[in-house]
Amino acid sequence: MQLYTPSSPHIHSGSSVSQLMHRVLLALIPGYVMYVALFGWGVVANLMIAVLTAYACETLMLLLRKRPLAPFLSDHSALVTASLLAISLPPLAPWWIVVIGIAFAIIIAKHLYGGLGYNPFNPAMVGYVVLLVSFPRELTTWAGPQEINNVSIGIADAIHISIFGTLGSGAGIDTVTMATPLDHLKTEISRGQSISDIIPASPIFGNLGGNGWEWISLAFLAGGLWLLYKKVIQWYIPVSMLTALVLISTVFHLIDPERYADPVFHLVTGATILGAFFIATDPITASTTEKGRLIYGAGIGILVYIIRTWGGYPDGVAFGVLLMNILAPTLDYYTQPRPYGERKG
Amino acid sequence: MIGKLFRYNGGLKLPENKEQTTHRPIQPASVPPRLIIPVQQHIGTPAEPLVKVGDTVLKGQMIAKGNGLISAPVHASSSGIVVDIGEYPVPHPSGLTATCVVIEPDGLETMADHLPPIHDVTQYTPEEIRERIHQAGIVGLGGAGFPSHVKLAPKHQHMVEILLLNGAECEPYITCDDMLMRERPEEILKGMLIMRYALMAKRCIIGIEDNKPLAAKALREAITRLKLDDVEVIEVPSLYPNGGEKQLIRVITGIEIPANRLPIDYRIVCQNVGTAYAVARAIHHGEPLISRIITVTGAVGSPCNLEVPFGILASELISQCAGTMDHIDRIIMGGPMMGFALPNADVPVVKTTNCLLALNDNILPLPHKNRALPCIRCGSCATACPVNLLPQQLYWYARAKDFDKIQDYRLFDCIECGCCEYVCPSQIPLVQYFRFAKGQIWEQEREKKKSDIARERHEFRQHRIEREKEEKAARHKAKAAAVAEDTSGSDEKKAAIQAALERVKAKQSAPEPTDGNTEQS
Repeated sequence: MQLYTPSSPHIHSGSSVSQLMHRVLLALIPGYVMYVALFGWGVVANLMIAVLTAYACETLMLLLRKRPLAPFLSDHSALVTASLLAISLPPLAPWWIVVIGIAFAIIIAKHLYGGLGYNPFNPAMVGYVVLLVSFPRELTTWAGPQEINNVSIGIADAIHISIFGTLGSGAGIDTVTMATPLDHLKTEISRGQSISDIIPASPIFGNLGGNGWEWISLAFLAGGLWLLYKKVIQWYIPVSMLTALVLISTVFHLIDPERYADPVFHLVTGATILGAFFIATDPITASTTEKGRLIYGAGIGILVYIIRTWGGYPDGVAFGVLLMNILAPTLDYYTQPRPYGERKG
Repeated sequence: MIGKLFRYNGGLKLPENKEQTTHRPIQPASVPPRLIIPVQQHIGTPAEPLVKVGDTVLKGQMIAKGNGLISAPVHASSSGIVVDIGEYPVPHPSGLTATCVVIEPDGLETMADHLPPIHDVTQYTPEEIRERIHQAGIVGLGGAGFPSHVKLAPKHQHMVEILLLNGAECEPYITCDDMLMRERPEEILKGMLIMRYALMAKRCIIGIEDNKPLAAKALREAITRLKLDDVEVIEVPSLYPNGGEKQLIRVITGIEIPANRLPIDYRIVCQNVGTAYAVARAIHHGEPLISRIITVTGAVGSPCNLEVPFGILASELISQCAGTMDHIDRIIMGGPMMGFALPNADVPVVKTTNCLLALNDNILPLPHKNRALPCIRCGSCATACPVNLLPQQLYWYARAKDFDKIQDYRLFDCIECGCCEYVCPSQIPLVQYFRFAKGQIWEQEREKKKSDIARERHEFRQHRIEREKEEKAARHKAKAAAVAEDTSGSDEKKAAIQAALERVKAKQSAPEPTDGNTEQS
C-alpha cells in the first residue's frame, strides 16, 4: 500500500490560467460582434491572421526555449494577446501589419522576457505601439462606420483588403476609410476650431462620442462587467482609471468647453472602455496590491487624457498602459498592505 | 453583550462536505488487540513512562508523567498488559518514530481508581483546579495540543476579560466539535465554567460558525437549563479560517492580534469546545483524557464520528468505518486545508487528532503540484490571505531563496491556512514554498548560532593564546632583567655564586635543582 503525501492544502478551487483567459475571450465577444455590425468584417480578418501568427510564434518560441508545448499552448494567453491586438488595429490594416505586431508582441515582449508571467510590459500594447511608431500611415487609416459609407464590408472583402489592399470590387480602400473621431477632433481643434462647431459638422460623431464607437464601448462595458461579476478582474483598475479620466476631463471641460471635450465623450470614444476592463487589468503587467492598483489605474486615466489632449497621438491608452507598466514594481513595493494586527499609520 | 460582528480581509467560502458525518450519532470505536500510545501527544517535553514491559495497567491509569512545566501526562486508554515500550511511527508528516507504550487490552476495561470528583470548584483554589486538569493529561484538542493547565494560568488574577470557547470548526469535512456540541452541550458548558473559575474570567462567549445551527441551538437550550444568563453563544459567518484562534477573536471582539502576540496579552483566552468537555469530565467525574471524538470521513463506507481511545491505529479506524486501504491513496490527519498526509496508515490517533480524511481519485483527484504554471500576478492570493500578506511576493522570494527580503514581506506572519494556494489559478504549491523558506531560515539561524558559538570559542582561544604569549614574554623579560642585574652585580656576589657552584659540583650526587627556566625552554 503506497500512500501519497502531498502537502496541504489538499483541495483547490479549480480555477486555472486557461479558465481565466477563456473568460476574457468570452467577454470580448460582444465587442467583436458590435464591431462587425458597425464597421464590417475587417476586424475578423485581423483576428484570424493574428491568431494564426500568435500560435505560430508561441510554438516557435516554446520550442526554442525548450519549454513543454501542451501546458503553455493550452493556457490561451496567446489567444488573448491576439484578440486584444486584433481589435486595437485598424480593421482594414494589411496582413503584414498584423503579423509584425503579433510577432513583436509574442516573441519579443513576451518570450524574450521569460514568457507567461514574466513580461513586464503588456505584449499586445507593445505590439501596437511598435506598429504605431513604425507604420503611422497604416495605423491611422481607419474604416468609417458602414452606415456612413453606405458600403458593407463582408468577410470576402475584408480578406481581399487585408491581402491586396483593395475591396473585392477593385475599389481602393480610401472609399471606406476616414479619420477616427479622436483624430478628427484633435486635428480640427489644432486648426483653431471650437468643439461646438466640429462635432455637428461631421457624421463620424454620434450622440455621446464617436459614431458607432459609443455602441462598441457599451458592448465592451458589458463584457467587462461580466468579468467583474466572474471575479476574473477586480474593480480597482477600471474604476480608478475611468474616475481619473472623468475627473480630469471634467475640470478642463469646465474651464473651456470649446477646447476640451466633455467626460462622456472621453469615456465612450477610442479605446477607453476596452483599455479599462481588458488591457489595463492584465494582471501580469499591472500592480498587484489594492492601493497600487488604484494608483496604477488612475495613472493610466490621467496619461490617456494628457496624450489625447496635448500629445502627438489621437489616443493614449497603449502609451498610458506601457508607462504605468514601468511603475508597477515600484507601486507594489510602496503599497504593501498593513500587516494583520498592526495599527494604521 | 456583543451585538455586531467584525471581519478581516480575505478568507474563503469552501465546499463544506460536513453533511456526510452528521447524520449518525457519535459511535464508540471498538478497542483493537493492540494500542500504541505515544508518550508525547502535546506541545512541550515528552512525558516520562512510569510503567515497565509486563506491567498490568488499568484503564485511566497514568502510564507516563508530565515532565517539566510545559508537558502533560498520558494515561492508559484501556486495561491490559504493557507488551512493549519503544519507538513506533507516530502521526507526523515525515513519518517520524517516537517512544510509545504498547498495551494489549484484556477486554475487561477495568477502570483505575479515579481521582475524587469535584462538584463545587469554588471549594478549591484555581491552582488546585489547574493541577487536576494537568493530572488528567488535558491538552488543547483543537489541534495544537498545548497543555491546558498552562493556558489556564494567567500571570495575574482577574486579568482575563473573556473566555472564548471555539466551536467554529471551519475546516471542511470535520464535524467532531459539531457533534459534541449537539450531543453533550451541558458538559461543554460545565467545563467552560470550570475554566472560567480557573482563569477568574469576567465573561464567557462560545463562537460557532452559522453552518451549525443545531449545535448552537443545543448549547442555547443547555444554557437555559443550567440558568447561565451570562454565557453567550455567538454565531459567526461560515468563512474559512474563522476557526483560527486569532480570526475568531477578531470576528467576535474586533481585536486584531499581531503575529508576535498572544490572546492573553489582550485579556482573552481561547479554548476549544472539546477541551472544555474534557475538563468537565476530569473535574466532575475524575476521568483523565483517554479518548476523544474523531471524524472519519472521505473514501470510507460509513463516514461518521467515533469516540476513540488514544492509541488505535488510523488504518483500524478506517476499517471500522467500512473503508478498505486498497481503495485509499491518501489519508489526511486533520482537515483538507491544514491537515497533513500520513506517510503510513499504521500510526496511532492521538489527543490532537480531530479527523481522518481518507481520499482517492474519485473523492478528490491527486493535485498535480509539479504542473504549476508561472505566477500571473493576478493577486487572488493576496485577496484571499486572512493576514494581509502578499503571497505572490513571498513565493517570488522563496523561489529566489532571498531569505532577507522574504522576511521583509513578513513570511513569519503566515499561518499556513492554505487560502492563497486554494485560489491560485496557476496552481502553484505556495504553502510548500513558504514552509520550505521557513525551514531554511530556521536552519540558517541554527547554523548561525552554532557558528557564533564556535567563533566565540575560537576567539576566546586566540585571546587566551595571545594572553599567555604576553605573560610569557613578560616573564622572560623579568627574568632577563633579573639575570642582567645578577651579572652586573658586585664581585662579592659573583664570588658567592662561584662558591656556591663549586659546592654544588662537589656534591655531585645531589639531584640537579630545578628552576622556572626549564619550563620556558
